[in-house]
Amino acid sequence: MSELIGVWLAALLTLGIFSFLYKDNPIYKICESIFVGVSAGYWAIVFFFDNIIKKFWYGVFPTDNSEPNYLLWFGAFLGFLMLLRLSSKIGWIARWPLAFIVGATAGLYMMIYFVSNAMLQISSTMRNVVAVNPETSAIVWGETIGSVIIAVGVLSGLVYFFFSKEHKGVFGQTAKVGIWFLMITFGAHFGYTVMSRMSLLIGRVDFLFTDWLHLLK
Amino acid sequence: MLSTVATILMIIVGLSMLYILYRTIKGQPIERRYVFLYIALAISLPLLMQKTAPVPVTRDVMKLVDALNELPPGSKVLAAFDYDPPSAPELQPMGVAFMKFAFKHDLQVIIMGLWPQGPQQANQAILEAMKDPEIAAKNLQYGVDYVNLGFQSGNEFVIQSMGSNFKRMFPKDDRLIPYDSLPIMNSVTNFSNIDFVFNLSSGKPGTVEWVQIAVDRFGAKCGAGNTAVQAPQVYPYLRTGQLTGLLGGMSGGAEFEKALDEEGKASTFIFSQMISHATVIAFILIGNVAFFMSRKKKKQ
Repeated sequence: MSELIGVWLAALLTLGIFSFLYKDNPIYKICESIFVGVSAGYWAIVFFFDNIIKKFWYGVFPTDNSEPNYLLWFGAFLGFLMLLRLSSKIGWIARWPLAFIVGATAGLYMMIYFVSNAMLQISSTMRNVVAVNPETSAIVWGETIGSVIIAVGVLSGLVYFFFSKEHKGVFGQTAKVGIWFLMITFGAHFGYTVMSRMSLLIGRVDFLFTDWLHLLK
Repeated sequence: MLSTVATILMIIVGLSMLYILYRTIKGQPIERRYVFLYIALAISLPLLMQKTAPVPVTRDVMKLVDALNELPPGSKVLAAFDYDPPSAPELQPMGVAFMKFAFKHDLQVIIMGLWPQGPQQANQAILEAMKDPEIAAKNLQYGVDYVNLGFQSGNEFVIQSMGSNFKRMFPKDDRLIPYDSLPIMNSVTNFSNIDFVFNLSSGKPGTVEWVQIAVDRFGAKCGAGNTAVQAPQVYPYLRTGQLTGLLGGMSGGAEFEKALDEEGKASTFIFSQMISHATVIAFILIGNVAFFMSRKKKKQ
């Protein structure tokens, strides 16, 4: 019975959200408010129980025979300092834990991004553009063309973002090629985004047809 | 019956789009709400037609399938479900197909999630996989053949910590069974005891973080399935070999199902997606016709 109510509720809320496509209306606003409220409530509960109860409370006051982790008090103290932002007089103290988070995250990411997103990508771009099959010594044309396109794309893209020299002559033409590469990249991203949004809609329509109306198995 | 009616309606919709083009050329463009209606029809009718579209399996998907096929029975696969229900239409079919493959090939699956609803999505995928008679006959045991370690907050710092000790991040599993009481986890300390990482991701934390930390820092072998929105961000990792294979969006899911011979939801969804894309392209063309017609009118 509870599942049936859940399915009907979900179906009606889905239709309520879709009603916006006709025009803005009170039913849509109600559905939107429910969605925002439920999401905020869900995340608040999840993070309260996972972080404050499960990690901090049981970490400091373990219910099994494990040793208490007193270091967690430091994290809790920083978390408390964050809440001081609510005070107009001593709100500036909230910058300290924020500085700690920014510093720690920047430190971790500096090396991670440098290795994964810079060095490895650069070395992959700089490899031999002519791909050869190691067994037959024949040129693999598909991969070779791909490598040439990437090399040209990277170089022309970098030229486009070089603003210390006026984009004229050969330099300007190369920059134009760079713009074309950028436009194609943005187009591919947009195409993928459309595909993703359609998938979401397909998921909802499938839910309506399968779970609600039982038109499909 | 339903399929036949849907097919007839689909033909009528196609013809009516020609009429819209005719109207546009005549200088009578339609209201934008009709576009929404046509997209709704382009998605609904193909679903009711219950047809599949031909999907060629691309190299990136095949690489992942090959990597999975290379795993001998008993290999430990870490399956990270990092998504929530809104992304399920794209990622859940991949999860189900993966579970079916893993269970049929006797791989030991360790599930976890950096998103709170991820492990629940994994449980649904397991239930779906268990409906397969071949898998049901195996009588797989929780804690021995597979385990769900559950959700752990902390985003990429969880992966970082797992690099030295899994148990520190997951002292108990999703069913509150202590780590040491799970036979499947007996020989698992960190990533060096994991043969393959399979990540399903729809954002952050997700595949990018798994590649940056588990692969590049701890040397894990990783393949992934991503939502279409995220896939372009991850493609550069394929060329460098940081990622073994990638399933991009619903088409990636359909290809994965085809390559594994596990036809599921993605294979039926992809036909709907194909028709909806064709409709979008048709409306872009009609929109351009309307634009040039209005410009011509202004010049006159």
